Amino acid sequence: MSTPHTPTPRVRLPRSARDGDEIEVRTLIDHPMITAVSSSDPRDMLARFEASFNGETVIAYDFRNGSAANPTFTFFVRAAAPGDFVFTWTHEDGRSFSTEQSVRIG
Amino acid sequence: MTLLRRTFIKGAAGTAALLVLLPVPVSATTLNPDVAAALDDILDGRTAQETGIEIDAPTVAENGAQVPLTIRVDSPMTAEDHVTAIHILATQNPAPGIGSFHLTPHLTRAEVFTRIRLAEAQEFLVLAELSDGRVLQAAARANVSLGGCAT
Repeated sequence: MSTPHTPTPRVRLPRSARDGDEIEVRTLIDHPMITAVSSSDPRDMLARFEASFNGETVIAYDFRNGSAANPTFTFFVRAAAPGDFVFTWTHEDGRSFSTEQSVRIG
Repeated sequence: MTLLRRTFIKGAAGTAALLVLLPVPVSATTLNPDVAAALDDILDGRTAQETGIEIDAPTVAENGAQVPLTIRVDSPMTAEDHVTAIHILATQNPAPGIGSFHLTPHLTRAEVFTRIRLAEAQEFLVLAELSDGRVLQAAARANVSLGGCAT
Protein backbone atom coordinates (compact mmCIF):
# COMPACT_ATOMS: atom_id res chain seq x y z
CA MET A 1 0.00 0.00 0.00
CA SER A 2 1.81 3.11 -1.22
CA THR A 3 1.20 6.59 0.12
CA PRO A 4 -1.31 8.37 -2.16
CA HIS A 5 0.20 11.09 -4.34
CA THR A 6 -0.53 14.57 -3.03
CA PRO A 7 -1.00 16.86 -6.02
CA THR A 8 0.01 20.52 -6.09
CA PRO A 9 -2.72 22.87 -7.34
CA ARG A 10 -1.56 25.83 -9.41
CA VAL A 11 -3.63 28.87 -10.36
CA ARG A 12 -2.87 31.95 -12.39
CA LEU A 13 -5.01 35.07 -12.12
CA PRO A 14 -4.30 38.80 -11.60
CA ARG A 15 -3.78 39.98 -8.00
CA SER A 16 -5.60 43.22 -8.72
CA ALA A 17 -8.27 44.38 -11.13
CA ARG A 18 -10.52 47.36 -11.76
CA ASP A 19 -14.14 47.11 -10.71
CA GLY A 20 -16.09 45.28 -13.40
CA ASP A 21 -13.02 43.97 -15.22
CA GLU A 22 -12.94 40.51 -16.69
CA ILE A 23 -10.37 38.28 -14.98
CA GLU A 24 -8.90 35.29 -16.80
CA VAL A 25 -8.33 32.37 -14.41
CA ARG A 26 -6.13 29.39 -15.32
CA THR A 27 -5.80 26.32 -13.13
CA LEU A 28 -3.65 23.20 -13.29
CA ILE A 29 -3.19 20.25 -10.95
CA ASP A 30 -0.77 17.36 -11.35
CA HIS A 31 -2.81 14.19 -11.21
CA PRO A 32 -2.64 10.97 -13.29
CA MET A 33 -6.45 10.50 -13.45
CA ILE A 34 -6.23 6.72 -13.67
CA THR A 35 -9.61 5.31 -14.72
CA ALA A 36 -8.45 1.67 -14.43
CA VAL A 37 -10.53 0.86 -17.52
CA SER A 38 -7.60 -0.54 -19.48
CA SER A 39 -4.76 -0.72 -16.95
CA SER A 40 -4.10 -2.91 -13.94
CA ASP A 41 -3.40 0.13 -11.73
CA PRO A 42 -6.07 0.88 -9.12
CA ARG A 43 -8.51 3.67 -9.96
CA ASP A 44 -7.17 7.09 -8.91
CA MET A 45 -9.46 9.90 -10.04
CA LEU A 46 -10.44 13.38 -8.99
CA ALA A 47 -14.21 13.78 -8.70
CA ARG A 48 -14.81 17.52 -8.66
CA PHE A 49 -13.21 20.92 -9.11
CA GLU A 50 -14.76 24.03 -7.65
CA ALA A 51 -13.78 27.70 -7.70
CA SER A 52 -15.46 30.02 -5.23
CA PHE A 53 -15.20 33.76 -4.62
CA ASN A 54 -16.00 35.13 -1.15
CA GLY A 55 -17.75 31.85 -0.38
CA GLU A 56 -19.93 31.72 -3.52
CA THR A 57 -19.41 29.13 -6.24
CA VAL A 58 -18.16 30.69 -9.48
CA ILE A 59 -17.68 27.51 -11.54
CA ALA A 60 -17.46 23.78 -10.85
CA TYR A 61 -16.62 20.68 -12.87
CA ASP A 62 -17.50 17.01 -12.39
CA PHE A 63 -14.70 14.79 -13.71
CA ARG A 64 -15.63 11.68 -15.70
CA ASN A 65 -13.34 9.10 -17.31
CA GLY A 66 -12.79 11.22 -20.42
CA SER A 67 -11.15 14.07 -18.46
CA ALA A 68 -7.40 14.22 -19.23
CA ALA A 69 -4.55 13.70 -16.75
CA ASN A 70 -3.17 16.84 -15.10
CA PRO A 71 -6.54 18.59 -15.40
CA THR A 72 -6.45 22.20 -16.53
CA PHE A 73 -9.18 24.82 -16.83
CA THR A 74 -9.44 28.35 -18.16
CA PHE A 75 -12.47 30.53 -17.42
CA PHE A 76 -13.41 34.21 -17.14
CA VAL A 77 -14.78 35.89 -14.01
CA ARG A 78 -16.14 39.40 -13.41
CA ALA A 79 -14.21 41.35 -10.75
CA ALA A 80 -17.10 42.94 -8.88
CA ALA A 81 -15.55 43.20 -5.40
CA PRO A 82 -12.26 42.63 -3.58
CA GLY A 83 -11.99 39.23 -2.01
CA ASP A 84 -10.67 35.72 -1.94
CA PHE A 85 -10.81 32.97 -4.53
CA VAL A 86 -10.63 29.41 -3.22
CA PHE A 87 -9.91 26.59 -5.68
CA THR A 88 -10.63 23.05 -4.47
CA TRP A 89 -10.11 19.67 -6.13
CA THR A 90 -11.82 16.73 -4.41
CA HIS A 91 -10.65 13.14 -4.97
CA GLU A 92 -13.08 10.24 -5.33
CA ASP A 93 -11.62 8.94 -2.02
CA GLY A 94 -12.75 12.11 -0.21
CA ARG A 95 -9.39 13.90 0.11
CA SER A 96 -9.37 17.49 -1.10
CA PHE A 97 -6.63 19.85 -2.24
CA SER A 98 -7.05 23.64 -2.16
CA THR A 99 -5.29 26.86 -2.96
CA GLU A 100 -6.39 30.45 -2.40
CA GLN A 101 -5.69 33.83 -3.92
CA SER A 102 -6.91 37.30 -3.05
CA VAL A 103 -7.84 39.93 -5.64
CA ARG A 104 -7.70 43.66 -4.88
CA ILE A 105 -9.97 46.11 -6.64
CA GLY A 106 -8.65 49.54 -7.54
CA MET B 1 2.57 35.60 -59.50
CA THR B 2 -0.64 37.14 -58.27
CA LEU B 3 -2.39 33.85 -58.70
CA LEU B 4 0.27 32.08 -56.67
CA ARG B 5 -0.02 34.59 -53.83
CA ARG B 6 -3.79 34.29 -53.84
CA THR B 7 -3.57 30.51 -53.75
CA PHE B 8 -1.17 30.74 -50.81
CA ILE B 9 -3.42 33.11 -48.86
CA LYS B 10 -6.43 30.91 -49.51
CA GLY B 11 -4.44 27.91 -48.30
CA ALA B 12 -3.28 29.68 -45.16
CA ALA B 13 -6.82 30.81 -44.32
CA GLY B 14 -8.03 27.27 -44.83
CA THR B 15 -5.47 25.92 -42.36
CA ALA B 16 -6.47 28.44 -39.69
CA ALA B 17 -10.16 27.65 -40.18
CA LEU B 18 -9.54 23.98 -39.44
CA LEU B 19 -9.07 24.81 -35.76
CA VAL B 20 -12.72 25.78 -35.38
CA LEU B 21 -14.64 22.61 -35.99
CA LEU B 22 -17.71 22.69 -38.11
CA PRO B 23 -20.48 21.30 -35.96
CA VAL B 24 -21.84 17.94 -36.97
CA PRO B 25 -25.57 17.52 -36.29
CA VAL B 26 -26.01 15.30 -33.24
CA SER B 27 -29.07 13.83 -34.93
CA ALA B 28 -26.81 12.59 -37.74
CA THR B 29 -24.52 10.80 -35.30
CA THR B 30 -25.04 7.12 -34.53
CA LEU B 31 -25.06 6.70 -30.77
CA ASN B 32 -24.39 3.43 -28.94
CA PRO B 33 -26.83 2.60 -26.10
CA ASP B 34 -24.50 3.92 -23.33
CA VAL B 35 -24.11 7.28 -25.06
CA ALA B 36 -27.83 7.48 -25.84
CA ALA B 37 -28.60 6.81 -22.14
CA ALA B 38 -26.12 9.49 -20.99
CA LEU B 39 -27.70 11.94 -23.45
CA ASP B 40 -31.22 11.09 -22.23
CA ASP B 41 -30.12 11.69 -18.61
CA ILE B 42 -29.03 15.23 -19.47
CA LEU B 43 -32.01 16.02 -21.73
CA ASP B 44 -34.52 14.70 -19.17
CA GLY B 45 -37.31 14.72 -21.73
CA ARG B 46 -36.32 18.02 -23.35
CA THR B 47 -35.38 18.46 -27.03
CA ALA B 48 -32.05 20.13 -27.65
CA GLN B 49 -31.63 22.89 -30.24
CA GLU B 50 -28.62 22.60 -32.55
CA THR B 51 -27.45 26.20 -32.24
CA GLY B 52 -25.35 28.59 -30.18
CA ILE B 53 -22.33 26.39 -29.38
CA GLU B 54 -18.86 26.86 -30.84
CA ILE B 55 -16.36 24.04 -30.39
CA ASP B 56 -12.67 24.82 -30.85
CA ALA B 57 -10.43 21.73 -30.98
CA PRO B 58 -7.85 20.27 -33.34
CA THR B 59 -9.35 18.33 -36.26
CA VAL B 60 -6.42 15.93 -35.85
CA ALA B 61 -5.31 15.42 -32.25
CA GLU B 62 -1.68 14.27 -32.05
CA ASN B 63 -2.23 12.76 -28.61
CA GLY B 64 -5.69 11.50 -27.72
CA ALA B 65 -4.78 11.60 -24.01
CA GLN B 66 -4.52 15.41 -24.07
CA VAL B 67 -6.91 16.97 -26.57
CA PRO B 68 -7.29 20.73 -26.00
CA LEU B 69 -10.91 21.86 -26.14
CA THR B 70 -12.50 25.30 -25.95
CA ILE B 71 -16.29 25.55 -25.78
CA ARG B 72 -18.12 28.85 -26.29
CA VAL B 73 -21.85 29.17 -25.78
CA ASP B 74 -23.69 32.24 -26.99
CA SER B 75 -25.04 33.69 -23.73
CA PRO B 76 -25.13 37.10 -21.97
CA MET B 77 -24.35 35.31 -18.65
CA THR B 78 -26.70 37.56 -16.66
CA ALA B 79 -28.63 36.45 -13.57
CA GLU B 80 -31.78 36.19 -15.75
CA ASP B 81 -30.20 34.52 -18.77
CA HIS B 82 -27.14 32.31 -18.40
CA VAL B 83 -25.71 28.89 -19.09
CA THR B 84 -26.03 26.65 -16.02
CA ALA B 85 -24.14 23.60 -17.27
CA ILE B 86 -21.98 22.34 -20.13
CA HIS B 87 -21.71 18.57 -20.56
CA ILE B 88 -19.16 16.79 -22.76
CA LEU B 89 -19.81 13.23 -23.98
CA ALA B 90 -17.60 10.90 -26.02
CA THR B 91 -19.27 8.59 -28.55
CA GLN B 92 -16.41 6.04 -28.93
CA ASN B 93 -14.59 6.05 -25.56
CA PRO B 94 -14.92 3.07 -23.17
CA ALA B 95 -17.31 5.29 -21.14
CA PRO B 96 -19.30 8.22 -22.58
CA GLY B 97 -18.73 10.71 -19.74
CA ILE B 98 -15.94 13.26 -20.25
CA GLY B 99 -17.05 15.89 -17.73
CA SER B 100 -19.65 18.49 -16.77
CA PHE B 101 -19.12 22.19 -16.05
CA HIS B 102 -21.49 24.05 -13.74
CA LEU B 103 -21.58 27.76 -14.58
CA THR B 104 -22.85 30.83 -12.74
CA PRO B 105 -23.46 34.50 -13.65
CA HIS B 106 -20.18 35.36 -11.85
CA LEU B 107 -18.58 34.34 -15.15
CA THR B 108 -18.33 37.04 -17.82
CA ARG B 109 -18.80 34.57 -20.68
CA ALA B 110 -19.87 31.00 -21.21
CA GLU B 111 -16.42 30.03 -22.43
CA VAL B 112 -14.31 27.27 -20.91
CA PHE B 113 -11.08 25.53 -21.82
CA THR B 114 -9.96 22.08 -20.68
CA ARG B 115 -8.25 18.97 -22.03
CA ILE B 116 -10.05 15.71 -22.78
CA ARG B 117 -9.27 12.09 -23.65
CA LEU B 118 -10.34 10.54 -26.94
CA ALA B 119 -9.62 6.81 -27.33
CA GLU B 120 -9.94 6.94 -31.10
CA ALA B 121 -11.23 9.13 -33.92
CA GLN B 122 -14.80 10.02 -33.08
CA GLU B 123 -17.55 12.56 -32.68
CA PHE B 124 -17.94 14.12 -29.27
CA LEU B 125 -21.04 15.89 -28.05
CA VAL B 126 -21.42 19.17 -26.18
CA LEU B 127 -24.70 20.03 -24.44
CA ALA B 128 -25.43 23.37 -22.78
CA GLU B 129 -28.25 23.77 -20.26
CA LEU B 130 -29.66 27.30 -20.01
CA SER B 131 -31.27 29.05 -17.04
CA ASP B 132 -34.63 29.14 -18.87
CA GLY B 133 -34.63 25.34 -19.15
CA ARG B 134 -33.62 25.11 -22.81
CA VAL B 135 -30.82 22.80 -23.94
CA LEU B 136 -28.42 23.46 -26.82
CA GLN B 137 -26.27 20.77 -28.40
CA ALA B 138 -23.44 20.42 -30.90
CA ALA B 139 -21.14 17.66 -32.03
CA ALA B 140 -17.65 17.79 -33.49
CA ARG B 141 -15.44 15.18 -35.06
CA ALA B 142 -11.78 14.79 -34.13
CA ASN B 143 -9.26 12.38 -35.61
CA VAL B 144 -6.70 10.97 -33.19
CA SER B 145 -3.12 10.00 -34.10
CA LEU B 146 -2.40 8.23 -30.80
CA GLY B 147 -5.30 6.85 -28.75
CA GLY B 148 -5.80 8.38 -25.32
CA CYS B 149 -7.43 5.92 -22.94
CA ALA B 150 -4.50 3.67 -21.90
CA THR B 151 -5.04 4.52 -18.21
